[in-house]
Amino acid sequence: MSLLDALRDVGRIRERLLAQGDGLDPFGVPVESVRSATEATIDGHPIVMAGTNNYLGLTFDEDCISAAREALRESGTGTTGSRMANGSYAHHIALERELAGFFGRERCVIFSAGYLANVGMISALVGHGDTVMIDADSHASIYDGCRLSGGDLLRFRHNDAASLEKRLERLGERAAETLVIVEGIYSMLGDRAPLAEIVALKRRFGFYLMVDEAHSLGVLGDSGRGLAEEAGVEAEVDFIVGTFSKSLGGVGGFCVSDHEELDLVRYASRPYIFTASPPPSVVASTRAALRVMGERPDLREMLWDNARRLYSGLERLGFRLGPEVSPVIAARFGSPGEGLAFWQGLVERGVYVNLMLPPATPNGEALVRCSMSAAHTSEQIDRICEVFAELRNA
Amino acid sequence: MGRVDDILERLAAHLRPLGPPDLTIDDETDLVDALGLDSVAVINLVLDLEDEFDVAVPINQLADVRTAGDLAGLIERLGEPG
Repeated sequence: MSLLDALRDVGRIRERLLAQGDGLDPFGVPVESVRSATEATIDGHPIVMAGTNNYLGLTFDEDCISAAREALRESGTGTTGSRMANGSYAHHIALERELAGFFGRERCVIFSAGYLANVGMISALVGHGDTVMIDADSHASIYDGCRLSGGDLLRFRHNDAASLEKRLERLGERAAETLVIVEGIYSMLGDRAPLAEIVALKRRFGFYLMVDEAHSLGVLGDSGRGLAEEAGVEAEVDFIVGTFSKSLGGVGGFCVSDHEELDLVRYASRPYIFTASPPPSVVASTRAALRVMGERPDLREMLWDNARRLYSGLERLGFRLGPEVSPVIAARFGSPGEGLAFWQGLVERGVYVNLMLPPATPNGEALVRCSMSAAHTSEQIDRICEVFAELRNA
Repeated sequence: MGRVDDILERLAAHLRPLGPPDLTIDDETDLVDALGLDSVAVINLVLDLEDEFDVAVPINQLADVRTAGDLAGLIERLGEPG
């Protein structure tokens, strides 16, 4: 038994998968150049990017780019260490203040990645002897945070409030001290958590509630604050976490809350303490993107118009999709080989999306996952539908 | 029949469809080698088992579970009144 055997097993699984297709590796695509929020060059050919979660199309926004440039000149390329060691830059503090203000919360902590926001918050809140209850289809960062926490990890069936209720009943008095975690929009099929029903359970059982708005920030709610805003239950959500890497076009993550203990996460969360803080340019572009998001509600309307156009187009073509219209639109395939061949066909015809495979996907399905952006044009979406149709009929 | 035996019998009804045909399930049946279950499959099975036995089974407590007997023993322990 060699130390390297586990990695060699991964290599064999990868080879077996690639042998089922005839083209690019879906999990390591070299993107030669990026020209806009929706256009790039892959393998020497122009391609429509329809799988990048760039929901508001802000990666090429002039204000965001200018803000990043200015911060680069003013504060340099990086912070070279964590905030505990190297201090908090003015941009870090300002972004935390602005995010707290945006969400109408008392406090905010930012992290260097969205992944780290979940891992850092869950592991700081939950410890040995505590219980955390998560949706079975939660993102890997939620699972990893639970594992790092050392607490008891329980799951309920995906988006099934009755399943959550039954499990809370089993916990008895422990339910009131349990952390329940759901997502605003689930990244695989684009469906929303039944948050109003979950909040009704919170009123009965008294648990703590965390909502990950990674895919719903800028997407749901009149102001873009996510599912909690859309469902009208923000006051009953204890912790909202999210990422800068989707609607805000940067990288990093955050948690906002009214609990004064949130500030103590800075002294208790290993992913916060032991990661270099976000570079000034990224924080500056994120601040600018937050401003743009607030000033441009039309971007959200454009995003939803585009989501409806693609969802209805693919539905008309007979593809099996997620249960509701959303900017995350996944076509479902029965086997990894079938999904891979379809994905490779899309890329060859100039459409880039994501291929998602078990165990990351629900029900053992392969997903060819699109994500819409406010920056997509109607022509691009119609072209995506044409390519899906060509491949289905091939 | 003891409580663990009773649990094992009900557990076998959930495990049998996951393994090869004609597999006999007893307390020594290895979940990985005999049934071919990976860690994800075991975790997914837990949702059904929690409802079957009306018990909370923390995923982190599955680390030492190798056999059907281990799983039955864990369910028995977790089902005991705290």
